[in-house]
Amino acid sequence: MDIQTLYLIVPLAPLFGAICAGLFGKWLGRKMSHRITIAMVGLSLYAAVKIFLDVMDGHSFDGPVYTWFNSGGTSFHVGFLIDRLTAVMMLVVTSVSLMVHIYTIGYMEEDDGYQRFFSYISLFTFSMLMLVMANNFMQLFFGWEAVGLVSYLLIGFWYKRPTAIYANLKAFLVNRVGDFGFILGIGLVLMVFGTLNYADVFANVAAHADDIAPIGGMHVNMITAICILLFIGAMGKSAQFPLHVWLPDSMEGPTPISALIHAATMVTAGIFMVSRMSPMFELSDTALSFVMIIGAITALFMGFLGIIQNDIKRVIAYSTLSQLGYMTVALGASAYSVAIFHLMTHAFFKALLFLGAGSVIMGMHHDQDIRNMGGLRKYMPITWITSLIGSLALIGTPFFSGFYSKDSIIEAVEYSHLPGSGFAYFAVVAGVFITAFYSFRMYFLVFHGEERFGKAHAHDEHPSTSSGHTVAADAQAHDAHDSHADAHDDYAEEDEHEHHGLAPGQKPHETPWVVWLPLVLLAIPSVVIGYIAVEPMLFGNYFKEAIYIAEHHEALAHMNAEFNGAFDMAFHSLLSLPFFLALAGVASSWFFYMKRPDIPAAIQKRFQWIYTLLDNKYYFDRFNDWFFAGGARGASTFLSRFGDKVLIDGLLVNGSANLVGKISGIVRRFQSGYIYHYAFTMITGVFVLLTIRNWF
Amino acid sequence: MIFGLPVISVAIWLPIVFGVLVLATGNDKNAPLARILALVGGVLGFLVTLPLYIGFDVTTSAMQFEEMHNWINRFNIHYHLGVDGISMLFILLNSFFTPLVVLAGWKVIEKRVAQYMAAFLIMSGIVNGVFAALDSILFYVFWEAMLIPMFIIIGVWGGPNRVYAAMKFFLYTLLGSLLMLVSLIYLYNLSGGSFSILDFQQLGHIPMQAQILIFIAFFFAFAVKVPMFPVHTWLPDAHVEAPTGGSVVLAAIMLKVGAYGFLRFSMPITPDASHKLAGVMIALSLIAIVYIGLVALKQSDMKKLVAYSSISHMGFVTLGFFIFNAYGMEGAIMQMLSHGFVAGALFLCIGVLYDRVHSREISAYGGVANKMPVFAAFFMLFAMANSGLPGTSAFVGEFMVIMGAVKVNFWYAFAAASTLIFGAAYTLWMYKRVIFGAVANHHVAELTDINGREKLIFIILAIFVLGMGVYPLPFGEILHVSVNDLLIHMTQSKL
Repeated sequence: MDIQTLYLIVPLAPLFGAICAGLFGKWLGRKMSHRITIAMVGLSLYAAVKIFLDVMDGHSFDGPVYTWFNSGGTSFHVGFLIDRLTAVMMLVVTSVSLMVHIYTIGYMEEDDGYQRFFSYISLFTFSMLMLVMANNFMQLFFGWEAVGLVSYLLIGFWYKRPTAIYANLKAFLVNRVGDFGFILGIGLVLMVFGTLNYADVFANVAAHADDIAPIGGMHVNMITAICILLFIGAMGKSAQFPLHVWLPDSMEGPTPISALIHAATMVTAGIFMVSRMSPMFELSDTALSFVMIIGAITALFMGFLGIIQNDIKRVIAYSTLSQLGYMTVALGASAYSVAIFHLMTHAFFKALLFLGAGSVIMGMHHDQDIRNMGGLRKYMPITWITSLIGSLALIGTPFFSGFYSKDSIIEAVEYSHLPGSGFAYFAVVAGVFITAFYSFRMYFLVFHGEERFGKAHAHDEHPSTSSGHTVAADAQAHDAHDSHADAHDDYAEEDEHEHHGLAPGQKPHETPWVVWLPLVLLAIPSVVIGYIAVEPMLFGNYFKEAIYIAEHHEALAHMNAEFNGAFDMAFHSLLSLPFFLALAGVASSWFFYMKRPDIPAAIQKRFQWIYTLLDNKYYFDRFNDWFFAGGARGASTFLSRFGDKVLIDGLLVNGSANLVGKISGIVRRFQSGYIYHYAFTMITGVFVLLTIRNWF
Repeated sequence: MIFGLPVISVAIWLPIVFGVLVLATGNDKNAPLARILALVGGVLGFLVTLPLYIGFDVTTSAMQFEEMHNWINRFNIHYHLGVDGISMLFILLNSFFTPLVVLAGWKVIEKRVAQYMAAFLIMSGIVNGVFAALDSILFYVFWEAMLIPMFIIIGVWGGPNRVYAAMKFFLYTLLGSLLMLVSLIYLYNLSGGSFSILDFQQLGHIPMQAQILIFIAFFFAFAVKVPMFPVHTWLPDAHVEAPTGGSVVLAAIMLKVGAYGFLRFSMPITPDASHKLAGVMIALSLIAIVYIGLVALKQSDMKKLVAYSSISHMGFVTLGFFIFNAYGMEGAIMQMLSHGFVAGALFLCIGVLYDRVHSREISAYGGVANKMPVFAAFFMLFAMANSGLPGTSAFVGEFMVIMGAVKVNFWYAFAAASTLIFGAAYTLWMYKRVIFGAVANHHVAELTDINGREKLIFIILAIFVLGMGVYPLPFGEILHVSVNDLLIHMTQSKL
């Protein structure tokens, strides 16, 4: 088949599937809907593999598909740029998406919105592919917003839950804050370069390296301004501090989408975007520094929050935040290929971890609290092994995929000389310990130790639907009072229990094959992809022209000089600091949660304020709800009551009407209808006129 | 030519003739006949405008399909019609909405059916006249005539407070129009005895002071209609009280004639004043976008919320005009078209709910998705379009205007882009409270999903909203030459 036809098939096949399942799902029924969507995503994956092989042969493509709009001498196209960066992303997106599609058959089996769900995830696949395949900023923005839309729809998939529809609105709005910066960045690009095509922009970017941006009275370097504005978009989408607040709440959505959207693909869009813009970011050390510091803050501080979470999905969500921080740090260190590498390995092992968590949740009958689990390895062996593999990959165990990418990030930061790189280095190294600690805390609590399920717990003794309804009603009443934020998390936890949990005496069970097969298939790359890909991707000049690195940013060159093969890299790391830190993290979590579970409780008591701070997620949600949401609502009430009702309508509109009324009320008195009044007035008038006439 | 008759005249008079015919069916005994006749008139009215699109020459900015007849010789007033790239699309938009509005009122309107339907048909013809008139007095006649059917629609079929709203609407807009008449007469003298709009545009010399006065006079007429801050307060009241069809036409069509006036009169006739006062116009536009966006957030009445959102979106239109570049102006016109579809669709959505529950209060709803999943899907699409999501028509205009604004001043774009946040916030917050959640009360529990007639209306609108978002090029191509010509014209000083 013609390669250009394949380019079209990659995004359009999932779109076709989405339309079928979405519009005709009722007629097609459940089976046909998932067959069509899975076949379409499979076709898309097939095409993506073909394209990948073609790209490996040295081909690339950059051209328009159709003209979207013409204005002011500028053409806006929908078009594809297929190079090695795109090819990797296409592979990751389509393969993870296919796994998630298959998994969904099992996970959503009992849900009424079965076809709707398949339609959404196929639509997401389409949107994400449009994003990565774009050859211009306009289409990038289209994909950017479209994935945001699907994310919104999926977080709120269970639209009856007050927490879900709170979380999806929050996710959309926080993302919009990022997009606000993003679109202004695009505006500056168009202003400076007169085009939105990547190729034309990147070709001319050097000529504008010293332009000054006309932003008010500020004298900012134009490229810096553009890069930071674009990166603000990435901060929203890739959940970087301080726009990270939406990601933990997004766990309200069904687990398959947490894997697909909020771990493997959509949240990495920001990382991809910055890598794509490497020719621009490379010209601004300020922007790179900014990127690195934001990434380091996210990597470190979000990791802390993972330690105290008890919801299995939230633990993984904070780990995702932290890993996204790692990728961002790599971007700041000009190690774009390392960031993409970590993005790829992370996509596989994090999707694996999430789907494993979903499998656990199914086994536990929709109980997500890890305090109610324990000893699951006996009952769910496949889930156990695959989750162990995922966790080992995540903490960077040598020879696992996560090791190669994470270790490369640490090394790259070590060689970076930008302001902030010292802090970033500390953050990523300390992050290793924290990652190992919270990952294995969860792992031990879920799969090892005492079996805590099936017991009556004080806080889930209300599984009856009626109490579930009360909670929902409560939360809605709360919502109406505009202060849904405070108690929000309590509701989240309680709400989960609306979906039962294991009854006393009941045992968890392994999940059906449609659920565990994707786990196995994802476990394979989680182990081997790092070993295979590290050499070609980081040091084999895999990305060629797709990524540009300025000469004075030499981290990757240094690493290249020291690199002696994948085996050697892992072998040497056995004596390095990160490995010991990871080991220490695992050991201490074993000690704290398996051996001496009384110690964490004691620590929690002793350092109550730290616990409170972490439990409240550094008070970001509270602040945002009070300041931004509350502030906007307050301003709205004030402007609407005072501005529109009192000032404009009251004073000006009705005021002028009243004025006319009053004047006419006075004037009306002259029209009394009595002839002698008129006669008197006339006579007086005549006298006055005569007097004036004679006087002058 | 259609059957030997000039296209534009047919587009204007055919709906009016049908309107009179519908009126002739008399009282409500003949309501079914009136409905069918009105639908036929509406559909035919749309079909006869299609030759304008098919036969349109995109390579010229000159007036096309021109018609010229003497009308009042004493004052050199003509029956002069014609369209260019700017006005043609609005005639189509207007005629497109007439059958939809007739359909929307099919079941709901039970009293004085013939009169209701006739009002919309007559209005449709009159509005086509506004967009096609090239003689300023003819324009003025159509402009004022347009008020009458709308005044009646609000005043007769409106809500409980309809008389206040109708009066407010009428006085507000009439007051603005009178000043326009004064400046038309001034221009008549200036041009040596012509009322032709094209002659006004070609006037070579108008002193600055006169230009500013003319601009201000026109401003009052057009700004009220747009509506711009601070003369916008009639719109929320009018929308709230108007029946669904009235709101749709008000939002989709009536607001556009104001913006169209700026393009046809203010900018080409007084380019220097336009440039001089651009700062004020931009400031008012940005206030509309930000301030009104904020005001919309806390509205408890759905119609009021969408009305405020309309004002905020129209802020983009006036912003796009007065930054004087192609991105901005074409974006603004795209925004006008798109807003017609999106706001029209949103008012229809609210109408669907209102017909069933008889409340516009957001708090009267909750969990509608449980009972009306198909409706919820359509509402979602239009709500997303209202938030300016790429892939929907609304994105094209907002995107282009923001792109144009960055070119002029970064902070203009900064303020305008805030709509990304506010627009999403007020629209989706409303959506959340109305559609999502558990079934809130027994009214919601008794809801039935949309029927075939409602579905048909929404499908048609959805196709346009998505089609124009994915492939706006055909719309843009019609605008280019006329917009570029206007921009060039604007650079030539008349001092």
